[in-house]
Amino acid sequence: MNAVLDDLDAYLQAFGYTLALFVISGLLSLVLGTVLVAMRVGPVAVLRAAATTYVTTVRNTPLVIVFAFFAFFAPIINIRFTWLDVHIGRFDFTELFGAAVASLSLYTCTFVCEALRAGVNAVPLGQAEAARAIGLPFGGVMTNVVLPQAFRAALPPLASVQIALIKNTSVAAVFGVAEAVAQMRTFTNSFASQRLGIFIAFAIGYIVLVEVVSFAAARAERRWRIA
Amino acid sequence: MSGSNVLFDAPGPRTVARHRAYSLVALVVVVAVLAWVVYKLHQAGQFEGDKWEVFVTPRYLEVIVVDGLLQTLKMAGLAVLGAVVLGFVLGIGKLSDHRLLRWPLWLVVEFFRAVPVLLLMIFAWYTLGISEPGTSFWAVVIALTLYNGAVLAEVLRAGVLAVPKGQAEAAYALGLRKTQVMNIVLMPQAVKIMLPAIISQCIVALKDTALGQYVLAPGLTRIYRQIYLQFDNRVPTMIVIAGIYIVVNLALSWLATWLQKRLVGEKNPLDLTRVGNQQGGENTGGAA
Repeated sequence: MNAVLDDLDAYLQAFGYTLALFVISGLLSLVLGTVLVAMRVGPVAVLRAAATTYVTTVRNTPLVIVFAFFAFFAPIINIRFTWLDVHIGRFDFTELFGAAVASLSLYTCTFVCEALRAGVNAVPLGQAEAARAIGLPFGGVMTNVVLPQAFRAALPPLASVQIALIKNTSVAAVFGVAEAVAQMRTFTNSFASQRLGIFIAFAIGYIVLVEVVSFAAARAERRWRIA
Repeated sequence: MSGSNVLFDAPGPRTVARHRAYSLVALVVVVAVLAWVVYKLHQAGQFEGDKWEVFVTPRYLEVIVVDGLLQTLKMAGLAVLGAVVLGFVLGIGKLSDHRLLRWPLWLVVEFFRAVPVLLLMIFAWYTLGISEPGTSFWAVVIALTLYNGAVLAEVLRAGVLAVPKGQAEAAYALGLRKTQVMNIVLMPQAVKIMLPAIISQCIVALKDTALGQYVLAPGLTRIYRQIYLQFDNRVPTMIVIAGIYIVVNLALSWLATWLQKRLVGEKNPLDLTRVGNQQGGENTGGAA
């Protein structure tokens, strides 16, 4: 534990990367997941099939392989993140970070899509029928009536998905992002005798993040629950 | 809301024409993207026979199946077995009437559910000794057991609580004791409700075995490394390994759905999303 306390800066910076990965991929995954669910329940058969195939494939692929895809496969088809070169304070967001964000959001959005689809199914039938009866087209039915309710119904599973995302950011360590798990391994390598303390210190960091999100989700759910 | 057809009217002639146009555009875009990917891969020489030959060579196929798939399944299987045992112990403990037992177990379950599996894996690996042979295998098994066990504890609790209250009341009225009520009445029904969630958890465990890469564990990810280092065919190997994972996982999800229909019926899947701090046994994206 002392090793971590003596170098609290490194610890906090590592969790800064974890947090940045989580926030950016979390937002992106919500947006992409919403698009996917609109495709999946929409009237265009080709899009429906494409979205279903994508979701089924990616959901069943281990995240490590999705990361490997962006590390080794994507460069071959000219998808690179070399354009990403942002430096804020002591944080450097470069190629590896971009690839990590892309992997995490493209992986997580499939779970967001499934959560939302369950949410759409939870909206009472009459809502969509009434919306159609007043003449709304598919886009109107979705954006004005169904999705707002679906989001509320889907809040608990969406929260689980986002909590899983916090923990999934750790996989970025395997692909060279200096986030918490990578930092923990560095600490453990240099201070092998303090292994347990270091482990607990980093576990606590994750637990704090998870509990904050879970608390916020519980509050939001209570507040926005459909009566 | 069941079936997507309630979301839009039966299309009239103009809408049908418009949907056809959308379909056509969507089809063109999808095909164009796929064609571009295939073209780029072809250009990079990824479709050359010698990059794929290894996957039709019986000797290497045997290596992939025996040293890769079987090792991975062994890790996942052991972890799930351990997780079921641990889940039962923790889950029943959490349902105990005694606070002194309930609270520490609550802490244990929350801890292992909130900590990334990768973190557990690394810690287990260093603790077992990184230089000794075989420790990475057990590090993966231990990490997955602890995480999935904690999740299954919550699943079990939710399963027992999902059994209608009258069942326990009736059992007590017959004069059964606490243990008997749990063993004879509640548990058999709870297990039936839980079974699909347990299978979903198998998928999570199987996917997470791939994290073993970081602790140099055996299994598909090690075979992946060995093959591409020898044949310089990283992309084809990646596609094959991902394919193996996907096929096994799809088989498992199919099994889970079948069990769900067979044992629970489609109406009342166990609502695990409201369990504890809102992580259930659902496949929410693994939990690296």
